[in-house]
Amino acid sequence: MTEGQVHSPLCLKTFALGVGRGETMLARDIALSVSAGHGLMLRGPNGAGKSTLLLTLAGLLSPLEGSIVLEGHDEDFGPAFHHCGHRNAIRPRLTAVETLEFWRGINGNPALPVAEALERVGLRRLARLDAAYLSAGQQRRLALARLLVSARPVWLLDEPTSALDAEGQKLLAGLIEDHLAAGGIAVIASHDAIALDNLAVFTLETGA
Amino acid sequence: MNGFWSVLSREIRLSLRGGGEILTLVLFFVIVGAVVPFAVGPDKALLARIAPGIVWIAAFLAMLLGLEKLFGPDRADGTLALYRLADIPLSAVVAAKVIAHWLTAALPLILASPVLALLLAMDATSFWRTVLSLLLGTPALAGFGAIGAAVTVATRRGGLLAPILIAPLSVPVLIFGVGAIAPTGGPDQAQAAILLLAALSLMVVVLSPFAAALAIDWGED
Amino acid sequence: MTIDTTPKMTWWNRLSHPGQFVALTRPLVLPLALLTGVLFAVGLWYGLFSSPPEKYMGDTVRIMYVHVPTAWLSQFVYATMAVSALGTLVWRHPMADVSMKAAAPLGAAFTAMALFTGSLWGRPTWGTFWEWDGRMTSTLVLLFIYLGIVALWRAFDDQLRAARVVAVFTLVGAVNIPIIKFSVDWWSTLHQPASVFRADGPTMPGEILTPLFVMFFAFTFLFITLQLAAMHTEVRRRRITTLERRAARGDAR
Repeated sequence: MTEGQVHSPLCLKTFALGVGRGETMLARDIALSVSAGHGLMLRGPNGAGKSTLLLTLAGLLSPLEGSIVLEGHDEDFGPAFHHCGHRNAIRPRLTAVETLEFWRGINGNPALPVAEALERVGLRRLARLDAAYLSAGQQRRLALARLLVSARPVWLLDEPTSALDAEGQKLLAGLIEDHLAAGGIAVIASHDAIALDNLAVFTLETGA
Repeated sequence: MNGFWSVLSREIRLSLRGGGEILTLVLFFVIVGAVVPFAVGPDKALLARIAPGIVWIAAFLAMLLGLEKLFGPDRADGTLALYRLADIPLSAVVAAKVIAHWLTAALPLILASPVLALLLAMDATSFWRTVLSLLLGTPALAGFGAIGAAVTVATRRGGLLAPILIAPLSVPVLIFGVGAIAPTGGPDQAQAAILLLAALSLMVVVLSPFAAALAIDWGED
Repeated sequence: MTIDTTPKMTWWNRLSHPGQFVALTRPLVLPLALLTGVLFAVGLWYGLFSSPPEKYMGDTVRIMYVHVPTAWLSQFVYATMAVSALGTLVWRHPMADVSMKAAAPLGAAFTAMALFTGSLWGRPTWGTFWEWDGRMTSTLVLLFIYLGIVALWRAFDDQLRAARVVAVFTLVGAVNIPIIKFSVDWWSTLHQPASVFRADGPTMPGEILTPLFVMFFAFTFLFITLQLAAMHTEVRRRRITTLERRAARGDAR
């Protein structure tokens, strides 16, 4: 890969993708195409397969049929997907700084320094506090800071707004906006509205 | 490599801050060893003869106790999913965890073994042999433990299942471990047992991270 | 000269479809069962009535006609499971899971039978039901491994996931069994040397060897028959589970 190709346009595509757990197909014939700098909102009722689709895109579940392609990503730069699920992966006995440093260590591709990331999500003053003392919303902010300390082009966010207050939701919108402006891709499953203009919407139907 | 150290230091930090987890484990080890005389009687000659077996059984049980902590909490809080998306292979994560498990669940027991040696009337030679055999054999137990914990992590009732699965696999570790201390067939056999134990540990420690990583990856998929 | 591999491929593909597999192998079950029955009838008649008692052990030698074949099966079934595990992991063959799952309880049963008959035989010959001899001990450990695998199967809700995890454990066990066997042999001092197949030829008289071989095939065919039947049951059980889930989701497809 030459250097020029690193900046070649990213594009996340799925072809006739079928997702589900075990043998049970939740959604099929999903054809997505999200290019660099764009975000996609996944909508659909509970049980339509939004979370499963995100897990499948991340590679945590294998597709039941069809395929997923990420064009323009150089494998040498490490994994392409950040997945931010329902569970925050935060241990009560580690401080916010230790948690972030751990994530940065295993995820590689260091981007923002830990202190700056904490500043960005508004946890600077709680940096040395045990995560056990963080509220649910603060834990969610810490989980979002994980997306900042390691650079990965595609963010897969599963209900990122849960437990966030109004200010936190604004913060989240800002983070996604910056990520997209930097040429990233975001796929977000949420029932809440996220204050961003250029979000396409994809709706999953139950029992499709 | 960076990620490997991150996992290792996190595991050790979590154990050290675990509210006396290590101390509990050491207490369990000493107490299991110390209740045996109540069951078999305070005959010093008999105790000295069976002491190597008692120490090994106590260490074996204590290490089984810590297994649930190996992958269970990580799966519950979502860290396991992050490991699968990490920049380092899952087998490296498991290797770091095996090492951390040994450092926090086996090394403290070995350090506490003089207490048992004293209680069980071991002489100096067999005490040093016990330390050596525990040092050589417990890595294999940690490796088997990782496999047991990995294959049961996706099940709901993993708790008791992992020990049941790995106890039969650990039979050679116990045989060679005790054989290295109390040679029934003379010093040559003890020498052979030590070498076999070391070979077994080496093999298990090298191979178990791959097997465990495979089991985790496919169990979660 | 080119070798046409197409028929082989279709044969393989047909076997890998559960419904096709059942359709193809269902007709085999009855003949296999009949063959097993005949072999058992002949073997038992030979073993119980037509063969003489042994010089030293007397009539108790007849336990051997059950003990040796089941002891052989205890290892053969594990080999079947290990090959199936490879099939699951390497080729992702759908029937390999089914075969692995069907074999586990059968292996446990044959191993338990081998231990039971071994201890019945041990009482008159060694004077004790249980002796910590190398072979009995490693068979006992093998039984524990089988039971662990059965328990592991049951601990999973999703059988497809279970298959791959169990396959990993089965192969770990397969690597370990020789080590266990070696360590147990090293540890035990009292054990009988292998007496059926020896470099210097069989030491048993023909009147004992004949029923032994017949029983050996009878038990092996019994395993094959039961294995096929259990695989068919498992395929059907999975189909029912899938249908139940679909029905529960209100999805009529």
